[in-house]
Amino acid sequence: MEYFAKEYDVAVIGAGHAGIEAALAAARLGVSTVIFAINLDSIGNMPCNPSIGGTSKGHLVREIDALGGEMGKAADKTQIQTRMLNMGKGPAVHSLRAQIDRREYSKYMKHVLELQGGLDVKQAEIVDLTQTEDGKWRLKTMLEAVYTAKCVIIATGTFLGGRIYIGDISFESGPDGMFPAAKLSEALRKLGIPLRRFKTGTPSRVNRRSVDFSVLEKQEDGETDTSFSFETEGRNENKSYCYVAYTNDETKKVILENLDRSPLYSGKIEGIGPRYCPSFEDKIVRFPDKLRHQFFIEPCGLDTEELYLQGMSSSLPEDVQLKFLRTIKGLENVEVMRTAYAIEYDCVDPLALRQTLEFLDLKGLYGAGQFNGSSGYEEAAAQGLIAGINAALKVKGEDEFILDRSTSYIGTLIDDLVTKGCMDPYRMMTSRSEYRLLLRQDNADIRLTDYGYRIGLISEERYRKFNKKKELIAEEIRRAQQTTVHISEELQKLLEEKGTAPLEKGVRLIELIKRPQLSYADLTPFDPERPDLPAEIFEQVETELKYEGYIKRQQAQIKEMKRLEVKKLPEGIDYNKIEGLRLEAREKLGKIRPDNVGQASRISGVSPSDISVLLIYLSKRERAGDKNA
Amino acid sequence: MSTIAAISTGQAAGGIGIVRISGENAVSVADRIFESVSGIKLEKLKGYRAAFGKVKDDGKYLDEAVALVFRAPKSYTGEDVVELSCHGGLLVTKQVLRAALKNGAVPAEPGEFTKRAFLNGKMDLTEAESVMNIICAKSEQAKSAALTALEGTLYKRISEISGSLKGIAAQMAAWVDYPDDEIEDLSDERLLSSLENSLDGLRRLISDFDTGRIITEGVETAIIGRPNVGKSTLMNMLTGYEKSIVTSVAGTTRDIVEESVTLGNTVLHLADTAGLRETEDTVEKIGVDRTRKKSERASLILAVFDASEELNDEDEKIFDLCHDKLSVAVINKTDLEQRIDTKIIDKNFKNVVYISAKEQNGLEMLEKTVEKLLGTEGFDTSAPMLMNERQLICCSAAADSVEEAITALKSGMTRDAVNVSIDSAVESLDTLTGERATESVVNEIFSRFCVGK
Repeated sequence: MEYFAKEYDVAVIGAGHAGIEAALAAARLGVSTVIFAINLDSIGNMPCNPSIGGTSKGHLVREIDALGGEMGKAADKTQIQTRMLNMGKGPAVHSLRAQIDRREYSKYMKHVLELQGGLDVKQAEIVDLTQTEDGKWRLKTMLEAVYTAKCVIIATGTFLGGRIYIGDISFESGPDGMFPAAKLSEALRKLGIPLRRFKTGTPSRVNRRSVDFSVLEKQEDGETDTSFSFETEGRNENKSYCYVAYTNDETKKVILENLDRSPLYSGKIEGIGPRYCPSFEDKIVRFPDKLRHQFFIEPCGLDTEELYLQGMSSSLPEDVQLKFLRTIKGLENVEVMRTAYAIEYDCVDPLALRQTLEFLDLKGLYGAGQFNGSSGYEEAAAQGLIAGINAALKVKGEDEFILDRSTSYIGTLIDDLVTKGCMDPYRMMTSRSEYRLLLRQDNADIRLTDYGYRIGLISEERYRKFNKKKELIAEEIRRAQQTTVHISEELQKLLEEKGTAPLEKGVRLIELIKRPQLSYADLTPFDPERPDLPAEIFEQVETELKYEGYIKRQQAQIKEMKRLEVKKLPEGIDYNKIEGLRLEAREKLGKIRPDNVGQASRISGVSPSDISVLLIYLSKRERAGDKNA
Repeated sequence: MSTIAAISTGQAAGGIGIVRISGENAVSVADRIFESVSGIKLEKLKGYRAAFGKVKDDGKYLDEAVALVFRAPKSYTGEDVVELSCHGGLLVTKQVLRAALKNGAVPAEPGEFTKRAFLNGKMDLTEAESVMNIICAKSEQAKSAALTALEGTLYKRISEISGSLKGIAAQMAAWVDYPDDEIEDLSDERLLSSLENSLDGLRRLISDFDTGRIITEGVETAIIGRPNVGKSTLMNMLTGYEKSIVTSVAGTTRDIVEESVTLGNTVLHLADTAGLRETEDTVEKIGVDRTRKKSERASLILAVFDASEELNDEDEKIFDLCHDKLSVAVINKTDLEQRIDTKIIDKNFKNVVYISAKEQNGLEMLEKTVEKLLGTEGFDTSAPMLMNERQLICCSAAADSVEEAITALKSGMTRDAVNVSIDSAVESLDTLTGERATESVVNEIFSRFCVGK
C-alpha cells in the first residue's frame, strides 16, 4: 500500500556520476535533498573504463572542481596512475588522465554522500513520476513509498529501460549486473518526454594471472605534478601500470567468421551506438585494411586482479569473445572474469531541455548525464553539477546559472546538447570548443572559481587562496616585463641550441619567454632574481605570454559572439507567426526555443536569413515597446 | 509588410519596361490601374496567369500592357506579385509606376524585392548576392560572371578550399583527441604544403576580384586633350560603336560620367572634358579646372592628340596628368598629313593607338589596348569569381588566417595554435557561403542591393 514518506526540495534519481554532483551541489546550497539509487553499492560506479579524464574530459573535471564539484577530489584520492596527455602538442590540449581504483572511488563517493548534511541517501527504484496540481513532483518507489519534491533531476544513466545484449542472448538489466529501472520510462512517456534508444558497450575483464606480460609493452610514461582538483596538494605517484597489446590477422578472422552472431549485425539492437567508441567487431568491419588494432590493458584497482581491455568492447557471444581474445599475443591463456556486453537504454532527446538542463515544458524537472544523450563519466558529472545548482537556485528563487560556450567546456557541452542535439551518444572533444586556446585545463580555476564562489560552492578560504594565486601571476608577469636579461656567451649558446635568433643587445625577460622555442626552465640561469613560486604560477605566466596574440584574438571573437548572445528571445514567442522565417527554421526554433539569437544561430537548419528575420522581428518588437512606453 | 512597386527593368531606354508590384495588396493595386480587354479583374486570376489590357491613371490612358499575376508563395519575392509589361519607353514606364504609387503601393527601397525574396526563404545568401550583381552588371561579360556565381562555381571553389582546410583541421583534431590511438601526425612539410595550396587558391580569388570588378562595375574614364583634337568625335565614335548598350547616365554622384559604353568586354564610364589650355577666361578656367579634377579621379585616361599638328606646351600638361595613371595616347586624324613627333608620345606613353575618327578606323586597336591595360583581356568569366566586397573581406580574412597558421608553424608554435588559425580560416569561408551569420553581414548585404530586382 502506498504511503507518504517525506517531502524534499530536490530529488535526484540515480547515483552515478551525474546524480552525485547534482545531489551534492543542491544539498551544499542548502536545500533539502534526497538521492535514490537502485543499489547503493553502485554509487559512483565505473561500469566501463576504470579511468577519469583524458582529452577534453580532463578539462571537464578541472572545471567541475573550479565550480566546487566533487569528481576531481575523488579521482585524486583514488588514482593509481596519472598521465598528462598531449604533452608537446600545446597547452590548450594538455589533458590529465588517471587510472582509478574503481572500488575505492565508489566507496569514497558513497561516504561523501552519506556525510553530506541536508542529503538523504536511499536505495530505491523510482517506478512513477507525476506532477501534482500545485506544480510539485511526486515520486513513487517500488516499495510504494511516496516522496514529493519541488525539483527532480533524472540521472538514470544506462539503468533506464536497460537491456543487455551478448550474442543472441539478451535480457533486461542495468549495467554491471544491476537491476534496471524498468518502470520509470513509461511514467516519463506519460509526461510527454521524447525518449529514444541509445546503445553503448563495454569490453571484458580478465584475470591478471592469466596474462603473459613478458610479451606486452608496458606504458612507462606518466606521473605528473598536476592533480584534477586545484585543492589537492603533493605529487602523484604511479602505483600501477597499463600495457599495450595488438590484435592480429587471426583475431580478425575469428570476428569475421562469427559476425552473423553479433546482435549489432543481425539487427537485434536498435539503439544508436557511439561513433567514437565502436565495438571491436565494428572496427574490423569499418576498417578492413587495418592489419592490427592496438588496445590497452588497464588495472581496475590495487586490491583486485581484474584487468580492463580498453578498445575491445564487443557484443559477440561469450564463446566467440574468448576465442578472439585468445588469438592475441600475451592473452593465449586468458581467463575472462566478466563478459563484454552491449547495453541499450532509454534517454531523452536533449533538444527538449534548456541550458539550465530543465525541461522546456516541465518546470522543475531536469535531466543530466547519459539520460541527456551524452556519454562518459565526466560529461555526466558536469551536467549533474549544473542541473543540481539550477534546481537549488530555483527552489531558492534565485537567478538561474548558465555557462556560455566561451567560459568553459561545460558550457560548450551543454550548449551543443540542447542546441544541436545529438544523433549518437555525445562525447566531449577539444575540437568542439572554438575557444580552446582560452579554455585550457591549467586555467580552469581562473576561469570559473568566481562563479563557484558566487554560487556558494567555493569556501572563503579557497577563494582567498585563489585570489592570492591570481596576484602572484600578475606580479610575475610584471617582473618579466621589467627584468632585463643581458647578453652573455652562455645565453647566445642556448639561443643557438634552441634554434632561435641570438640577441643583439640585452632584452626584457618577457621577450625571451614569448619565444616558442624557450621555456621558463631554459632561462633559469639567466634570471637570477626569479622568486620561488609554485610551478603552476610559472606555467600560467608562460602560457599567457606565449599565446598572448591568440588569446587576445579569441577574446575578440567572444566579444563578437556575445553581441548576438545578449539578444534574448523572450519566452512564448510564436515562431509560426513571424513573417519571413522559413518553414524548417520555424519548426526548429519552435522545438528548441533558444534562449537568445546567438543560440538560435547555432541551430542547424536556421539560416543567416532566418537570423536576420529574428533580428528584424526583435527590433520591431522593441520599437513597438518603445512606442507603448 | 507593405505593398511595394518599382521599375524592374533598370533605368535604360529600351524596348519593354516592367513595373513590378509586390505585397499583400499587389493584385488590388494593379486592378485599380489596369483594365483587361476581356474585362476580367486580375483579382480573379490564379498564379502564373496573364491578361492583356490598358494601364490608366485617373481615367487617363497611359499605355498598353500585359499584366502577369503571381500568387504567394510562388513568386520571386514569395508574396503576391503583379508585373506590368509596358512598351512605351522609359517615360511611360515611369508614369505607370507613379500610377501604382498613387493607388496604394509604396516605392521599393533599393534591393527590396530581393531582400523580401531572401527573407521569405526564396533564395540563399550567395544567390541573393548574385542576383544583385546581375542587376548591376552592365555588360555581357559581367552578367556571365554573376551567373557563374549563382550556379555555384564560386561556391564550389570555396568549398574545395575550405574542404581541404577542414580536412587538415579534422586530422589534427583526431591526433589531439585520440592521443592513444594510432593517428598519423601530419608532418610539418605536408601540413605546410597543404596550407600553402589553400593560400594560393584564396589569393587567386582575391587577385581576380579587381579584374572582375572592372568587368562588373566598369571603369571611370576621362577623355582629355587640347581643344579640337577630336575628343568629342572619339566619344561619338565610341558611343556609336555599339549603340544598343549605350546608356545615358544622368545624376549627381557620377556627374563626371556622361556616357557609358562597352568597349570589348569592358564598360567605360566616359567623361568628355573641356579642352585643356591656359586661359584668362573665367568660365573656361572653371571648365579646365574641372577637367583636371576629372582626370585625377578617373581610373583610365584616353589622351587624344592631333596627328596633323605639332605638340606644344599644353600637351606637356597632358603628359603630366597621365603620369602614373592607366592611360592610352590616342593619335587622331591619321587620315591627314602627319606633323606630330611620335617619339615624344612614345616616350610619355606605354600605349599608343592610331585612329581616324573621321574614317571610323582604329577602334579595334583601341579596344585591344584598353583590355590589355585593364587586365580584362582573355579574362575567364567562367572561372569562380568573388562578387562583392563582403565576399572579398571573408576571403581575405581566410587568407590571413591561413597565412597566420603558416607563420605559426614556421616559427615553432605548438600545433594547438596552428589549429586555431585553421579553424578561423574555415569559419571565414563558411561566412562567405552564408553558413554562419553575424548581424553585420546581413546589414551589409541589404545595403548593397540595387533598385528593381
